[in-house]
Amino acid sequence: MATLDSKIPSGPLADKWRKHKTEIKLVNPANKRKYEVIVVGAGLAGASAASSLADLGYKVKCFVFHDSPRRAHSIAAQGGINAAKNYQNDGDSVHRLFYDTLKGGDYRAREANVHRLAEVSVNIIDQCVAQGVPFAREYGGLLANRSFGGAQVSRTFYARGQTGQQLLLGAYSALSRTVGAGAVDLHVNSEMLDLVLVEGQAKGVVIRNLVTGEISRHSADAVILATGGYGNVFNLSTYARGSNTTAIWRAYKRGACMANPCYTQIHPTCIPVSGEYQSKLTLMSESLRNDGRIWAPKKVGDRRAPGEIPETERDYFLERLYPSFGNLAPRDIASRAAKRTCDEGRGVGTTGLGVYLDFADAINRLGEPAVRERYGNLFDIYHEITAESAYKAPMRIYPAVHYTMGGLWVDYNLMSNIPGLFVLGEANFSDHGANRLGASALMQGLADGYFVIPYTIGDYLAGQKPGSRPGPEGAEFKQAEANVRGQTTRFLATKGKQPVSYFHKKLGKLVWDYCGMSRTKAGLETALREIPALRDEFHATVNVPGSAETLNQSLEQAGRVADFFELGELMCRDALTREESCGGHFREEHQFPDGECKRDDGKFGHVAAWEYQGEGKVPLRNTEPLNYEFTKMSVRNYK
Amino acid sequence: MVAASSQKIFSVTLRVWRQAGPDRPGAFVDYAARDLNPNMSFLEMLDVVNDGLNAKGEEPIAFAHDCREGICGTCSCTIDGKPHGPGRGVATCQIYMRSFNDGDTIVVEPFRARAFPVIKDLVVNRSAFDKIQQSGGFITARAGSAPDANALPVPKGDADLAMDAAQCIGCGACVAACKNASAMLFVAAKVGHLGLLPQGQAERDRRVLAMVNTMDTLGFGSCTNQYECSAACPKLISHDFIARMNRDYLTASLRSAFKPAPASTGGGAG
Repeated sequence: MATLDSKIPSGPLADKWRKHKTEIKLVNPANKRKYEVIVVGAGLAGASAASSLADLGYKVKCFVFHDSPRRAHSIAAQGGINAAKNYQNDGDSVHRLFYDTLKGGDYRAREANVHRLAEVSVNIIDQCVAQGVPFAREYGGLLANRSFGGAQVSRTFYARGQTGQQLLLGAYSALSRTVGAGAVDLHVNSEMLDLVLVEGQAKGVVIRNLVTGEISRHSADAVILATGGYGNVFNLSTYARGSNTTAIWRAYKRGACMANPCYTQIHPTCIPVSGEYQSKLTLMSESLRNDGRIWAPKKVGDRRAPGEIPETERDYFLERLYPSFGNLAPRDIASRAAKRTCDEGRGVGTTGLGVYLDFADAINRLGEPAVRERYGNLFDIYHEITAESAYKAPMRIYPAVHYTMGGLWVDYNLMSNIPGLFVLGEANFSDHGANRLGASALMQGLADGYFVIPYTIGDYLAGQKPGSRPGPEGAEFKQAEANVRGQTTRFLATKGKQPVSYFHKKLGKLVWDYCGMSRTKAGLETALREIPALRDEFHATVNVPGSAETLNQSLEQAGRVADFFELGELMCRDALTREESCGGHFREEHQFPDGECKRDDGKFGHVAAWEYQGEGKVPLRNTEPLNYEFTKMSVRNYK
Repeated sequence: MVAASSQKIFSVTLRVWRQAGPDRPGAFVDYAARDLNPNMSFLEMLDVVNDGLNAKGEEPIAFAHDCREGICGTCSCTIDGKPHGPGRGVATCQIYMRSFNDGDTIVVEPFRARAFPVIKDLVVNRSAFDKIQQSGGFITARAGSAPDANALPVPKGDADLAMDAAQCIGCGACVAACKNASAMLFVAAKVGHLGLLPQGQAERDRRVLAMVNTMDTLGFGSCTNQYECSAACPKLISHDFIARMNRDYLTASLRSAFKPAPASTGGGAG
């Protein structure tokens, strides 16, 4: 049974981080260069961690499966990044950002982690501006803000609809600087396929070069995984096609606990599915809900064009159900409201799986040029995909998988239960509880990389003798390499009938149907029967053409989908065990009469951290109680 | 979920560049792509063709892609002679089959440039771009040392113009579109973005000199002054930034000639 010590510092909430920073161990500057740290992934969390650790003097090796670190999927975040700057003079504070995030997460995150996140949020904006991130500004030259869901203040900083891109390019520029200076050894086209433990501590990785097929072993004093979320288990999502769970899943199979895997975020405003061939769902930023109004016809089966439906026959259901937050209700709540509307037969578009996001009022109020200035690029994306103009007719939107709050379990230092293995950004489970608020993912990724790991990794490394790291020749490294080679050989030798994509689509549909926006005991039990059966079929009949010695995209995909199969099963198991509804996890059996989430804090006010027990065995469910010292767990109310 | 008029199913012939590896000869191969829906993206069409090849026991066409929403810069096909294909201000992944007609023959090649060697089929190696960035495409600002974000106001016009340049997705279409395979637009976008901001002034001269020199050593050609680059750019970045970079380069060269920079380039003086 894993030991889950959260290592939350004692003392008042607002002092914990400051106190912790003064108490944890330091590594002296001359010794830092004697330690080598492996960073896997170079999105916001990975690139900011790699460059910050290199600036401190550590030797850093960074592995990225993309052909350049600038392509990590953080780049696709549109709307913005939260920070408690209170530049708008509207009453924001660190405490409010903390409280909104904790409440937004439906009281399933740790108080201390969330408070730290809110504290360092202000430093992130300073850091990004210093790097040259071109945030939106007022005419006087000062920074502009906008509002996002789940908050009643304007605290979101943005760079048009491309905030993630600009923040990632900022982190990428810092990483490039340290690579250019020789402080970071960067390996692109390099996918981590196994974690190596030596005497129970994370001391290295096995990497496959995706272009040459070469498999290599790398040792280090500590390993950081910043490899993003696992939403592609659903096949259709807003994730990039390459996003995967492989790094964290293989760490799980080496003993790292996987926490709350059933907490997935379904984003309310995405472009609806159009056909079987679909490979990707495109997000329409939450920022659109500042000015767009969501509605559906009041009448069931109303097939009239939106312009022909008079005002009195429209149901602005978010404004009706949640008058104080209106269209800016949190994502999980807005998504479920849209689903309920469509389930009632009031959905729009040819499939009936869609609702309107209407800008007519905003265009009347502000004029088309002002709307274009705010959201022009999003309207352009909508037009490219649907060949329709959102200036003329409302957008059609439907919820889609967007983010995963679950991930590897970490303590307050962001270290997993495997000593020496740190997990950052979306790959860990830490800060968003059961639902993430908009503009908080970018904040967390950069907080972890720029402002948390540079302090906390020292506390671990100070306990490791300089120069004590094992070489990559040891038995553990050889065994891990053999493990990777074995899997590659098996896939190529199967020579079945179906491409990997066939199985990924089928798996995605199962997980979406039974472990998506709403879940039931019976559905989850069905999924737990069908997923393993489909997985067996996958291993028996998949066709992976080509060889292992060149670029082989089918082979890459096969490894990732194999991991998604195992993860998908664990998600359903987690969802089945959590007999309550909270945030993104909605169990139909546990709801209030108005359809809102009914939590059970007595039985489930804890983190579920699953521990691998071996092939074909039921994993062990460990728990970490969530002890709220300062906040009262209450029913979320956005009405 | 689409207008009824665009539901027509159609077929095209793909003429695709197949090349097994960097040092192997390549050739065009024709494939029939049938039962296409106009609302499919171009890359979804390639997915369908690849599933068909897989079923026949052939190796699928390797092509680069990731986000499929025009922002990561991974996708990189030249379609009918145009980098990223038909359409203005979009990447390959934002091309939809409604741009083509029933019976068309569509020629699909990798981005071609000496500095972007082919890895396989439609996938090229663009690491030269990373090397240019590593030589100077940054503002040195260690985490923890930044002043308050509003301590340094930036006029909105400058911030907006910097953002126009900063939108570059690093795809390399500008290079593929240029008959000299010049990377001027890519480099100019970064030099322009950082050079327009007050926080970018300290390294302005060093940045432009280092980035331009690195670009020159990596096998990119000279500017043709014909602006195919901005026409092909999925973010429509203006060639005006090239003029801006040339001016910066000239100024920086003169300044460095008359007032040599200190010999040390790293941080650790003393």
